[in-house]
Amino acid sequence: MSTAFKKSVPGREACMPGVPKRRAADMLPAALLRQKRAELPEMSELDVIRHFTNLSRKNYSVDSNFYPLGSCTMKYNPRFMEYAATLSGFSKPHPMLPQIDPMLAQGALEVLWDTERLLCEITGMRAFTLQPMAGAHGEFTGVSLIAAYHRDRGNKKTKIICPDSAHGTNPASAALAGYDVINIESRDGIVDPEALAAVLDDGVAGLMMTCPNTLGLFEKNLPQIVELLRSVDALLYYDGANMNAIMGKMRMGDVGFDVVHLNLHKTFGTPHGGGGPGSGPVGVSERLVPFLPAPRVEKCEDGVFVLKTDYPKSIGRLTPFYGNYGVVLKAYAYILRLGANGLKRASEYAVLNANYMRKLLEDVLEIPYNRTCMHEFVASAHKQAEQGVKALDIAKALLDKGYHAPTIYFPLIVRECLMFEPTETESKELLDAFISDLKNILETAEHSPDAIQNAPVTLPVSRLDETKAARNMELKEKE
Amino acid sequence: MNIPEDRKYTQSHEWALCADGEALVGITAHAQELLGDITFVDLPSVGSKVAAHAEAGSIESVKAASELYSPVSGTVVAVNKALEDSPEKVNLDPYGEGWLFKVKLDEEPQDLLDAAAYSELCEKEDH
Repeated sequence: MSTAFKKSVPGREACMPGVPKRRAADMLPAALLRQKRAELPEMSELDVIRHFTNLSRKNYSVDSNFYPLGSCTMKYNPRFMEYAATLSGFSKPHPMLPQIDPMLAQGALEVLWDTERLLCEITGMRAFTLQPMAGAHGEFTGVSLIAAYHRDRGNKKTKIICPDSAHGTNPASAALAGYDVINIESRDGIVDPEALAAVLDDGVAGLMMTCPNTLGLFEKNLPQIVELLRSVDALLYYDGANMNAIMGKMRMGDVGFDVVHLNLHKTFGTPHGGGGPGSGPVGVSERLVPFLPAPRVEKCEDGVFVLKTDYPKSIGRLTPFYGNYGVVLKAYAYILRLGANGLKRASEYAVLNANYMRKLLEDVLEIPYNRTCMHEFVASAHKQAEQGVKALDIAKALLDKGYHAPTIYFPLIVRECLMFEPTETESKELLDAFISDLKNILETAEHSPDAIQNAPVTLPVSRLDETKAARNMELKEKE
Repeated sequence: MNIPEDRKYTQSHEWALCADGEALVGITAHAQELLGDITFVDLPSVGSKVAAHAEAGSIESVKAASELYSPVSGTVVAVNKALEDSPEKVNLDPYGEGWLFKVKLDEEPQDLLDAAAYSELCEKEDH
């Protein structure tokens, strides 16, 4: 498919009623005017519609089919949220309005204020910042808050502990914030308090935990872990990547977590994975509130919402304006639409769906930690790999059946792994069809492995050379 | 599995082939198999010091980025420059053309595994 620039025909244009007659030169100083004409594609309205519709048809999304990508929570994005986000009262205000005069943006500020309260209620945290633009950005914010806390207390801390079952970006976020990363091994798939005690000393600033972890297992030793960390004034960080399993079941603040980041684009149903920008709000316990990023929305005694920046201990501003406002707004709509019971039920269905799949697949794939899982589970194609069909081949064969592949080769602690996360929005019929197709692939793998090793064969692009794709990227359109 | 008898191994799947006070270092066939297709190898620079069981570089594959640990202590006297353009040599010939770096030894390496012990370790990890 060629680019819009290739499709451009000089002089062709779309109908645009009501274009202002005044020329830019009449309104702007000469220094701001472009010297050369902008070379924009010249297309008819229909050309543009076809161009973007065809591009979107090349994209795979949860709107077209099942997307069991473990660790990513690719749930359906309810259209109600899109409706809320397009209401002109939300979509039209200029982002500078609250700074020029908060009275011109009371509704928009109230959404931020309300969302913060709702997230506090869901997680049991004291306060939230909605500024971080994505999950890893939230992690960086959270670790920076931990660092600010220790600096403020005069603690000399140089290390952050990341269990091997933690979310993959945790060590990177800790390192980016200047910490040395200490890895600890899990026992029976969860954090081992003995392994933690063995590396714990006064230099430990905190521990980053994903719960349920990347094996889809709940961390049962939390009380012991909290106690251990408190003994050296280390903080406990909650990576919310897998929050979709426990809404309404566990409040992180009640358990003893000090920092929590949520992925609104996962748990709270807003589009992600190339489908839209993310949002990674960070919640904190009482002792970390003074360090939160500024500005924050405050409610005055007369009920007026204002943006406050005067927080002397704040780690500062993380984003221009107020984070990805549209995403926050959609999550706000999602939370209000589902309500407390709805959120809880979403998590229950997510866990039920994952266990249904796990149970039906346990005869054909090895399930290394085969017990009741949370919202996702990890299977191993170890036995198939010995016969020459690897997790990668199985994933590619699923593409031929019209599905998105599950996550493969993550977490690193399970060999030849495939990580399935069906989410709550899929029906039993869909799960049955997927399982039947997967079983069919595994059967084929037994008698004719080459059929699976050569997949995909039904897609426009066949098996790619992944090494070459990583080393010699072609980022320009072919002539 | 291919585990040559002429060299020593670490629990983190590197090998060292020692002769005349020098050691040639690489990763095992088992390690490259686990990593999958290797896309990039980050090696220590010539003249730098490496310490046994300490991080000496990293290896990136299509699956993951992993730390590379030196099996021995000493000074790096050579690195395999060919890997800059063809890291796949580590996959194709991990014990030969896919060698990583060469160390002038500070001391005789200690606590390395022989081929039999390493083979046992791999088998245990498989199950």
